[in-house]
Amino acid sequence: MIEVTSDWYLTLSAILFSIGFLGMMFRKNALIMFMCIELMLNAVNLTFITASRHLGLIDGQIAVFFVLVVAAAEVVVGLAIIVSIFKKQESASVDMLSSSKG
Amino acid sequence: MTEILLFAIPAFFIILGALIVVFAKNPVHNAMGLVLTLTSLAIVYITLNATFVAMVQMLVYAGAVMTLFLFVIMMIGVDKPDQSKESIKGQSLLISGTLIILVAIVLFVILENGLNWALFFPESENIIDGTPSLIAGVMFTSWVLPFEIISILLIVATTAALALAYEFKKSDSND
Repeated sequence: MIEVTSDWYLTLSAILFSIGFLGMMFRKNALIMFMCIELMLNAVNLTFITASRHLGLIDGQIAVFFVLVVAAAEVVVGLAIIVSIFKKQESASVDMLSSSKG
Repeated sequence: MTEILLFAIPAFFIILGALIVVFAKNPVHNAMGLVLTLTSLAIVYITLNATFVAMVQMLVYAGAVMTLFLFVIMMIGVDKPDQSKESIKGQSLLISGTLIILVAIVLFVILENGLNWALFFPESENIIDGTPSLIAGVMFTSWVLPFEIISILLIVATTAALALAYEFKKSDSND
């Protein structure tokens, strides 16, 4: 009988983080890059909750709560920036953003 | 057996959704892949005894954040496909190196070490149940300062989004 241990969840979290990193680095669309950041944040959340169960402490779940709030705030500001950039240059590709370097 | 299925089925959908997010061409499909991942993650959280976090995940991520994403996709429309041109020299080489390191760590743990992360701390006997009352009891006592700081962060983010979205007229700046 195989038992589902914390290691399984940690492996899943590592795979999810790697996929998010892949997308973050290879996609050029700012919206997709944002979604990949969400993927990486969720991988970290999964690690926190696994640690919370593994150690028998509730604090990991509270840390997840804070990560959620920060992610929501980040999405609000980030998407507002993307929309205002799009109004200016008609594209959400980060390659065209090199014009903002001083 | 039920335990393994409850892990394996959501895990499959999590990875499938993540791959859709990265590889789909249409931004709406990417957003739907993210919904799949987030919903499956909520199921995994329930199996990990974190019921309150699972509910918050559904409300905040699958509800609010995804609505915002879809709203922005509707506003700016479906974009042109990515150009594969490198804007920084040797960019993809550097990225591939970092990615190979990440994949190698995962493969080492799975194949060589028999899915064993060799965790430093032993597994606790203490079973916690992530109910709202337990979480609130800790959050409003020992975590109360971070909680207050996060509320300031939310206000600042709301103000920033308003300032970014609001179009300042010429007459406003003259006042």
